[in-house]
This record gives sequence, structure tokens and C-alpha cells, in this order.
Amino acid sequence: MRLTLHVWRQKNANDRGRMVKYEAQSVNPEMSFLEMLDVVNEELTLKGEDPIAFDSDCREGICGMCGVVINGVAHGPRRGTTVCQLHMRKFHDGDVLYLEPWRARAFPVIKDLVVDRSAFDRIIAAGGFISVPTGSAPDGNAILVPKQNADISMDAAACIGCGACVAACPNASASLFTAAKITHLGVLPQGQPERHERALRMVAQATLEGFGSCTNIGECEAVCPKEIKIEVIARMNRDFLKASCTDRGASTSSGGGA
Amino acid sequence: MELKAQVPSGPIEQAWDKAKFDMKLVNPANKRKYSIIVVGSGLAGGSAAATLGELGYNVQCFCFQDSPRRAHSIAAQGGINAAKNYQNDGDSIYRLFYDTVKGGDFRAREANVYRLAQISVNIIDQCVAQGVPFAREYGGTLANRSFGGAQVSRTFYARGQTGQQLLLGAYQALERQVAAGKVKMFPRAEMLSLVVVDGKARGIITRDLITGKIEAYAADAVVLATGGYGNVYYLSTNARGSNCTAIWRAYKHGAAFANPCFTQIHPTCIPVSGDYQSKLTLMSESLRNDGRIWVPLKQGDKRAPDQIPEPERDYYLERRYPSFGNLVPRDVASRNAKAVCDERRGVGETGLGVYLDFAEAMTRLGVDAIRERYGNLFDMYERITGEDPYKVPMRIYPAIHYTMGGLWVDYQLMSTIPGLFVIGEANFSDHGANRLGASALMQGLADGYFILPYTIGNYLASTKLEKVQPDYAEFKREQSEVASMTARLLAIKGKRTVSSFHRELGKLMWEHCGMSRDARGLELAAGKIRELGEEYWRNVDVLGGAQEFNQALEYAGRVADFFELAELICLDAQQRNESCGGHFREEYQTLDGEAQRDDEHYSYAAAWEFQGLGQPPALHKEPLQFEYVHPSQRSYK
Repeated sequence: MRLTLHVWRQKNANDRGRMVKYEAQSVNPEMSFLEMLDVVNEELTLKGEDPIAFDSDCREGICGMCGVVINGVAHGPRRGTTVCQLHMRKFHDGDVLYLEPWRARAFPVIKDLVVDRSAFDRIIAAGGFISVPTGSAPDGNAILVPKQNADISMDAAACIGCGACVAACPNASASLFTAAKITHLGVLPQGQPERHERALRMVAQATLEGFGSCTNIGECEAVCPKEIKIEVIARMNRDFLKASCTDRGASTSSGGGA
Repeated sequence: MELKAQVPSGPIEQAWDKAKFDMKLVNPANKRKYSIIVVGSGLAGGSAAATLGELGYNVQCFCFQDSPRRAHSIAAQGGINAAKNYQNDGDSIYRLFYDTVKGGDFRAREANVYRLAQISVNIIDQCVAQGVPFAREYGGTLANRSFGGAQVSRTFYARGQTGQQLLLGAYQALERQVAAGKVKMFPRAEMLSLVVVDGKARGIITRDLITGKIEAYAADAVVLATGGYGNVYYLSTNARGSNCTAIWRAYKHGAAFANPCFTQIHPTCIPVSGDYQSKLTLMSESLRNDGRIWVPLKQGDKRAPDQIPEPERDYYLERRYPSFGNLVPRDVASRNAKAVCDERRGVGETGLGVYLDFAEAMTRLGVDAIRERYGNLFDMYERITGEDPYKVPMRIYPAIHYTMGGLWVDYQLMSTIPGLFVIGEANFSDHGANRLGASALMQGLADGYFILPYTIGNYLASTKLEKVQPDYAEFKREQSEVASMTARLLAIKGKRTVSSFHRELGKLMWEHCGMSRDARGLELAAGKIRELGEEYWRNVDVLGGAQEFNQALEYAGRVADFFELAELICLDAQQRNESCGGHFREEYQTLDGEAQRDDEHYSYAAAWEFQGLGQPPALHKEPLQFEYVHPSQRSYK
């Protein structure tokens, strides 16, 4: 197989960047997309040209580190698949592919196809957790979780934090990511005490990071490699709305004792 | 060098309680006066950093990925063991301890393993409370499955993504501490050296992977949680970035490296398809609960699997090991797969594969039940191979997966350098010569949540620590050494890429120091590795500069360390004239081809001490005593 690649090259965050054309000559259909890029990079290196920078780590679709927009689609043409698990048998001889990084103001480009997604960590730090210090947990079976809730929770918890939802959204909204965490924790009994606070804080942080709002377009669901359903956003909105109406702010009185 | 294991005396059941009571404590108000560096943010590092932050220490946590949530623990699929006995099937702490010591082929320290089994139950409680969505029964209680090497159901799981969910639990706890200001997180930062001041570990040197800046960080103690070194074989189930650099450079600063030849080969991975291949993908061992492994009875049988009638199939694990069947431990399953392929009965294009067949389970339980249990694994298999495992049997083959060896640590998880603690896969402690399935997650979290936070407090409270600053001479010296190594790599400007060297190194290791080894092959490999390593420093081509985002440069430093480690692995495999667990020496096997241990001469942990470049390392032995689980020939028949 032969392919023509137009790849976004950008030296660093301050460089303007441009598309550069490469020919991939000997592509094997059994290769993964990133293995195809590895081979292109080997050839570039031997020619003394700077290899294309792209992120990847586990290469089995779970770490969330990789992500490339291929012909306008985050993670490429196959549904429910990260780019590291996308195989070249999905393409045809002579295909012309345009490769770009995730594009969003909240994800600045570091180099070529590599972006800075630390905004996601800060959204989690704002409230995407259950406050339970090590050692303070009751017996595992003391907290019964209906199987159905455990399943809904797990569906949402499958999010790998890759950022494809943001890249696909015309508003560059992080709603699917944020809502997946709010749903994962919010449908479990353990997540109830902080449920309202969590929704308020995480949504506020996402806004602060410069992500847009959700306008129910659904591109996020279409590209999500873990097929997280857009209904999690409805759950987030419900929690957020309820919290906005009932939340009276954190109590200011502090403890103190004899 | 003297190896002091520091195991408390008295009955093993009370050892950990006694050790905890004997520990000196740091007063809550004083904890904030101490700073701790944690390198790595996986299950061990993430849970340790979060817990130390909760206790009040000032923590600095480093990872080379762009976020702590990406650490390779995330890829663990099958589950985590705990001696809860929720299934009422006769499990107990003692049984988990027994299974783990036996599974490790009697090459682990008994007291460590017992503690691990004790703590296993607390881990499940902690993770449930954090919101880890473990699989549940309809009544809402926790579900279990079975795993290799055990006859009870003690494995807790979250679909086929248990590692991901446990890691996210630790990551979220970590981010909570980041928000609270107790942990400062440094992503895209790689540790390139350890700083030892007055004989104690007091800091690290890192490279900022975005700017290329070489930076120095000082602390009162350093924790390495940097995972295993399976990528020395090039193709493994590890993530692309997984490397040995942090522990290797600590080794070169005086930390003993124990049992490097104890590497685990996982029996159920997707077979290699071509030269361009960048990694191997594991199919969870849990598949062996319902999948049946077989090959054709006849050599060179090229018929499609559905054309081979039952009587012409060989379910070789069920035949050879009737009581454990397809659930024999990993080393046994791997070796048997290799044996049938060596007999030219392997399947697939390359002949290096065996079938893992779900047809019978789908008939018995229905397709939906199988989809519910393994759906995501089946999807992953289909994506990679283009074959539908609901219709044709999976093809699997063993691949390097885990490394039991690592930096030597005492009962307190401290290395031979005071103040340097090593946790998770990076240390050598609990799995002996072979790790049982679902025990890596257990060990990583036991170390990080429940052991290190106690033992590091004991060290801080009982050690006089002078104040040190990153501008001290010791730090400056290490910084300039790291910078000069980087400059050297960039200046070679040879003719070969880093990965071409890495691939060649991996092939040598897999061939001579993989599933089976012999003295001649090891000798040969050691020589070739040395030559190839010398060529590396003459002929590698690393483009770009030092002061920029440069992935080739990151990779080049890691491969340079793999070359040195590979030699040590071969040396260790050569000196261990016995077969045990994942270390199978052709010369030492029983009549029916099982591993033959030599307890009289090799019942020890081999700890290697660096003696300088080009010098042979010194071997120190920690003798292993088995007071509770009497060593026997492992039998899974």
C-alpha cells in the first residue's frame, strides 16, 4: 500500500506551523496507524529530517495518550477505536490523509501532533474524586451497589481522557469528559456526599480552562473511542442545575473542640 | 555491601503488626517539615504520593507521560486478588500467602508475601470507597472470578479494565492532594539521575521533556515507583515508554539489583505479525477461565480450526495438568505453548501460536454471557487481527509481560541506599521467580497505600537529615553528568536509528534469555550484546537538539540503559544453575520437562552491586528461609 500524508508540522508552541507532504511507500495492511508513522519516522531519520512528533504509550487503546485527527475525524475513521488500535487495513492504496493535532484553545500544541492536555487533570483536581483518605474505608461489601448502577458507572468510568471529544466538538467543549466523571461517581452510593459540590466545581473549572459549552451537537459521542454516551451530559446538567438551586455554599463554621 | 532484610522475629502472622508498633512516628505537625520525591505515578507511585500527601508530607511526584493517569498500570486487564473469602470457598490470608509463595517457585521472602496477603483485604475496601466500579452480583455484593495458580475465586475485577479503574482511583486521590497543595505534580519529566549526599538518597535530576532543561530536586527521601524493564526485549506487552532508566541509574549509584533474570512471559498475547511491530498486546489471563487452549494433534496441520474434528485436537493443558487445566500458572502455560510450537504443531501464518477457543463456553453459557465477561477483550482482538473471536478461535502466543526482578529492598521497602525506597514492579520483593495473575495490582497498591507510608515515616523519624539544597555541589555534579551524556548521544551522528538497535537487542534477548535459556546461549548473547552496545555508542543517529521536545533523544537514553541491563540479566541467568518459575534453564528440568529447582544451592535472592563501568558487578546473596510453606516441586497436575 502507498499513501500520501499531509502532516501538521509545528516546531514548538510559538511556531505558526504548516502542513507538510510525505509519501508512505511500503505500508503493510496489518500495521497499526502509529506503526505506519513509526516507519515513516525511521525513513525521515535516515534522511536526516526531523521525525514527526506524536504521543503514544500503551498502544492498546487504554492509556489515552495518543490522538491524531485524520481527515477531520479525531482518532480516524473507525468507531470506538483509538488511533493506536486503528489498523491500516481500514485504508486503501493511494489514499490521501491529512493528519492534524487536537485543536482547541485549552489544548495548546507542544510540537507537531503533540498537545498539552493538563487542563483535564485540573478538572479532575477540582472535584473528580471521592474524599476518602487511605485507611478510612469500611468493608467492601458494607456498601452494596445495585448491579445496574455499577454498570452505568463503569460505562462512564471507561473514559480514557484522550481529549477526542474536545477535538471533535465545534465548541471545543469538555462536557463529555467532565460528565463522564460526574456520572461515574454520581451513580454510586459512595459518591453521594460530594455529588453537588463535584458538579459545580468541575463545570466551573472546565469553563475556566477555556473549554466551550455543550450545544448538543453529538460529535463527541461519535468519536469517543470508549463510546461514552452523550446521556452522561444530561446527568451532569441535572446535577449542576440541582446543585445551583440548592447549594448554599460550603459551611464556614469550623470544628474545634475541648 | 551487607543485605539486611530486617524481617521482624516471631510468628509470621504478627510480623507486620510488630514492625508497625516498633516504628518511630512523625508527629502530625512535623510531617509538613519533610519533603518526599516520588518518581512514577502508576498504582504504586500514585497511591503512595496520594497517601503521603494525605498524611501531611510535602510530595513532589514525577512522571514522563503527559498525565499521571497514563501510567502503564492502566493497561492491566484481569483483576486484583484479595483474601476476602466472599465466595465462601475456603480462601484465607494464609491460602493467598501459600499460593503466592508456591506460585513464585519458592524464591520470594516469606514475611513480605504474608504481609501482602494480609493487606490485600484493605485494598479492596479502600478502592470500593473511592468509587472503583468493581463488578457486582445482582444483590449488590462484589463479584469474583478465578485466575491462574489458584483454586479459589478471589479475583476482583472491573470488566477487562481493572488496572484502569484502580489507577483512576489512585489518580483521583492524587489529584485531590494536588488541589490541596500537598502534592506537586511534574508530568513530562524524566528522572535521569539520583543524588546521594552523605550516603543518603537526597534528590533526583530530571529532564523536562518539553523544554529539555536538566533540573535538580532535593528532598528528605526518594521513592522509585517506575515499573518494570520488560522493554529490554523490545517486543513486550509494556507501554512504549516503559523503561529501566530510573532504577538503572539508581543501581549505578549503589542500589543493589536483585534477580534481574526473573522475567515473566505471559501465555496469552496476540502473536507477532511483522517486523514493523511496535508492541505485543496481552489478552487477559481471565480468558482462560472459559477459553480452552488447543493445537492440532498432527504436525503441520494447516486446516482451518473448524475443519479439525474433536478427536484430532490436543487440549494439551487439560491433558497434562488435569487438576488446574487451562488455569495453570503463567510460566507453565507459556512453556507448554512453546513446546507444542517447537513440535511444529503451532497455528497461524508463522506457526507461532495456539488456539484459545470459546466455542464450548458459548454453547454452555450463551454468547451474551461471554460478551458480558470478555466483550472488550474480544473487540480489542478483532481490531488488531481483523478476525472475529466469536466465530473463530483466538490465536495466542507468549510474550514478555512483567519483571519480577528489580531493585533489592528490605522489609521496609528501602533499597541498599538509605533513603531510597522502591515500590511496585520496580522492586524485587514479593513474586519470587514467577508472579501469579492479579497479584501485580495487589502488590502495587499494598506498597503504595499501606506499607510505604508507614516505613518512610519510620525512616524520617529515626534518621538525622541535614538540610540540602538543589544548588549543592552533589546536585551540580550529577546535573552536568546528565547533560554530558545527552550531548554525547547527540554528537554521535551515526548511521542507524535508535529503534534498529533496540530491535536487534530485543531479538538477542528473546532468543537466548527468553522462555528458555542455556549456559552456552547466555554466554553467546552476553558477548553479542556487548558488541552491539559498543556499536550503539559509535553509530546511533539521534537528530534534533537537547533544549527542545525531542522524542528520539528520550528514547536513545533509555535504550543505552537497556544495553547495560541486558548484560546483567544474562549474567544473572548464567549464575543461576537451576530452573525456577520464569527462569527456565534447558539443562535443569525433570524427566517430564518441568522446571527443576536446586534449593540446596540457589535458595537465595541474587543482589548485584555495581562496581564501575566495564567491571563485573559483585554478587551478594540474601538467603531465603521457608518456615511456613515447605518448598516442594510445584505440581499443578
